[in-house]
Amino acid sequence: MNLDSLSTTTGEWLRGSGPESDIVISSRIRLARNLAAFPFTNRASAHQKAEIETMLRDRISKLEIEPRLVYENLSHRSPIDRQFLVERQLISRELASSEGPRGVALSPSENISLMINEEDHVRLQVMRSGMALDEAWQEIDRIDDMLEQRVNYAFHDDFGYLTACPTNVGTGMRASVMLHLPVLVMTKDIEKVFRALQKMNLAVRGLYGEGSRASGDFYQISNQVTLGKSEQQILEEIRAVIPEIIKYERQARQMMLRERRDILQDSVARAKGTLRSATMMTSEETMDLLSRVRLGINVGLLDDVTLATVNELFLHTQPAHLQKLMGTTLDGEERNSARARYLRTRLQEAG
Amino acid sequence: MKCQNCTNPATVHLTDIVNGHKRETHLCHACAEKKQLLHQQELNLSAILQSVIGPHIGALTEDLARLTCPECGIKYMEFKSAGRLGCPHDYQVFHSALEPLLQKIHRATRHAGKHPRHGRRSGEWHAEVVSMRQQLREAVETEQYEEAARLRDLLRQKEATDEPG
Repeated sequence: MNLDSLSTTTGEWLRGSGPESDIVISSRIRLARNLAAFPFTNRASAHQKAEIETMLRDRISKLEIEPRLVYENLSHRSPIDRQFLVERQLISRELASSEGPRGVALSPSENISLMINEEDHVRLQVMRSGMALDEAWQEIDRIDDMLEQRVNYAFHDDFGYLTACPTNVGTGMRASVMLHLPVLVMTKDIEKVFRALQKMNLAVRGLYGEGSRASGDFYQISNQVTLGKSEQQILEEIRAVIPEIIKYERQARQMMLRERRDILQDSVARAKGTLRSATMMTSEETMDLLSRVRLGINVGLLDDVTLATVNELFLHTQPAHLQKLMGTTLDGEERNSARARYLRTRLQEAG
Repeated sequence: MKCQNCTNPATVHLTDIVNGHKRETHLCHACAEKKQLLHQQELNLSAILQSVIGPHIGALTEDLARLTCPECGIKYMEFKSAGRLGCPHDYQVFHSALEPLLQKIHRATRHAGKHPRHGRRSGEWHAEVVSMRQQLREAVETEQYEEAARLRDLLRQKEATDEPG
């Protein structure tokens, strides 16, 4: 796969379409699976990992998935290429930074990514724009069924699908929905959302998963429990809570528009102004400013920039994407200057 | 619970087992300090270890601490410190210790979701693979490399060609 050609697009999760896409960025499900006859990845020798990779790669290539998946051997890829795939949410940070034989099979539309030799032998992932957990589940369930006919999964009657970490055992499923919640962050009501979700055993993470900061006001809500509940029950628990959070964010937006319109208008205009004129821009600041511009578009305070442009800029200003677009490696300061230049050009084009 | 010495709430709870007799002591922080119990406790490494691990696995018996998976060679204590198991067989080997841990993490110990829908391997298949892996480890340990190579090829063949049907 030519990663450079991907760098000009946004991929699935920032396509900006699908149900509730003003707030719900994307829906994602991943399944952790292991082969019965091998030690888990962390305890497998380099030789065993190579064997696992060869076998899974072969079996995955035989799956009836159209259009065909493209396999990327990650141990042959540069750190920037791997980071690029992390930024697109196609591989985990763990898979990018680990060592030894490992890879990922990707669908051209970037909906499907099957990671080999992650913490578990294979991690299946299906992603959809907007609120679409059911569609994501149907697809991943089908892929899992097909793969299961060709390999021998580690499965235990009591414990379900066996995983390297006991926190994933059972269904091996992590279902998550990524939300953009800028006003709940402004009003600090986001804390209440966190507390409520915690009580329901749901996890809240930042943009890039475990341990990452919620930059750009993006939050991923996912299940914590994988054992003792069916996949449908787990999905239902998430499906039930997301509309409540959406409603809460929308109410907060309406209240802001009613009572503090001037302040909101000013904040959005300043964000756009800074993005269009600054000459040095960190990734963090870019995320925060783009978040406000995105909000401005969604509440009708900005109409000269499209949602598609903003979504694209979220991705293109990430370090690896930026370096690919510039066609050269850049150190931190060079990146900040190139990022500011890129933003100025793109937002002036936009009007 | 109140301190046995005064009426403050008890925050230090000690269980001594002397000659098979269990004796419990409940004290507040101040009384415990007076009795120098806290100081003693800090030096008692195994008691500290027990208090950390105890809630997850129940009593840490010597057996459990020494438990090793015959298939991948991981020791129970290695799993405890790294948080990652070594192979699927560990769920069997560490079964008694994992159940309370799973109960704590998931508030459940039984899978309620999807089962493989197509051709699951039989129990015999698993037992055979497990035993072959064990033989392979032994062959490597005793430096019988020819035998090890033979077993490795057999295992590979078994996993690679025996597609479940």
